[in-house]
Amino acid sequence: MIIVTGIVYFSSVSENTRRFVDRLELPAERIPLRAHEPALKVKAPYVLFVPTYGGGNGRGAVPKQVIRFLNDEENRSLIRGVVAAGNTNFGSAYCIAGDIVARKCQVPYLYNFELLGTAEDVHRVREGLGQFWLQR
Amino acid sequence: MSEKLKLVSRVTAINWNRIQDDKDLEVWDRLTGNFWLPEKVPLSNDIQSWHTLTADEQLMTTRVFTGLTMLDTIQGTVGAVSLIPDAVTPHEEAVYTNIAFMESVHAKSYSSIFSTLISTAEIDDAFRWSEENENLQRKADIVLNYYRGDDPEKRKVASTMLESFLFYSGFYAPMYWSSRAKLTNTADLIRLIIRDEAVHGYYIGYKFQKALEKATPERRQELKDYTFELLFELYENEEQYTEDLYDPLGLTEDVKAFLRYNANKALMNLGYEGLFPKDQTAVNPAILSALSPNADENHDFFSGSGSSYVIGKAVNTEDEDWAF
Repeated sequence: MIIVTGIVYFSSVSENTRRFVDRLELPAERIPLRAHEPALKVKAPYVLFVPTYGGGNGRGAVPKQVIRFLNDEENRSLIRGVVAAGNTNFGSAYCIAGDIVARKCQVPYLYNFELLGTAEDVHRVREGLGQFWLQR
Repeated sequence: MSEKLKLVSRVTAINWNRIQDDKDLEVWDRLTGNFWLPEKVPLSNDIQSWHTLTADEQLMTTRVFTGLTMLDTIQGTVGAVSLIPDAVTPHEEAVYTNIAFMESVHAKSYSSIFSTLISTAEIDDAFRWSEENENLQRKADIVLNYYRGDDPEKRKVASTMLESFLFYSGFYAPMYWSSRAKLTNTADLIRLIIRDEAVHGYYIGYKFQKALEKATPERRQELKDYTFELLFELYENEEQYTEDLYDPLGLTEDVKAFLRYNANKALMNLGYEGLFPKDQTAVNPAILSALSPNADENHDFFSGSGSSYVIGKAVNTEDEDWAF
């Protein structure tokens, strides 16, 4: 699948991240959940939305599907920023997927939010992304 | 106990090579990977710190821990177990047994804290207080009532409320001490409990949402109304319980913001949007930072001038799957 969009996101079957992205009401593409689904190939710059898998020592914090998506060189070349979701209950691992992706891909870590995010989070990210793309 | 024990009606040998819901395996792996025991935490390093607390501060802290012991006992012996007969997959049943066991580990870990810091007589006094405190007993009664009820989804709501909301009037205290560089080893232990409760609340809330997917619109509305009613009932009780514990130290309002923040998270775990607005959930930054050192970092690139940004701090948590 080839797409032109500003948001790429991953969400597990819990659908938490998808619900946040839905509330942004911006075009978005989802990284497939299962290995047998066709891999997502992007053709335009995007901001990645990634949930942090909780707990432990931080290993496995970035969902495997997201790693697989970023291992594709073209996909990786088009990432412009990352937004991470998490839960402060995970202490120093809170939203650490954002740190990991930002560092691996050398892109800005734009924002983080908890679980489904609040109305303020949705507002800030919507406004912020608009500005972010304008300035680029 | 007079009521008849409800058990799973039919058991088939669990096959972990046939997973119906990936979330079961994912959460099982996460929970077993997070396994810990209180004996690993050097609580005795807190003895000196404990003696710097005033009598009122020690009393509050001891009572907080008996209250938490009570909740973990309920969740370990009744709550998580009561969810087993409602499980949709055999792996879900197994996850609940893990949750039940870990709750018993949590309950026992408070006893480790007690035996390290206080005398047997003080421990007995604190347990007596917990048995006599009306608001603590009421909290237990409300939840236990739903565990004994006949509605599997209401049981999940009550369980998620306990995991994601009712503990936090208690969790505030060790985070408060940690933010003042006191009882830091105790706080480390409590952080392990907080981490576990997050996975429990997330999972039970997720199973609730899966059940909702198959429900009629009327049933969905019923469960939503029920959830918010229960939250209000519990919140009102939590406010009073918080006053009992924290009024002598003047911390009550600070704790209440923390309660509302966590009430919103409990609702989110159940798939609903938070109820309390931002200005009512502004947790004291010192408490938030004690909970998660990353929470107060400025990851709001959008609010800045745009001239500088964070590229993510160094993390020594490489997964072998990365290919670049």
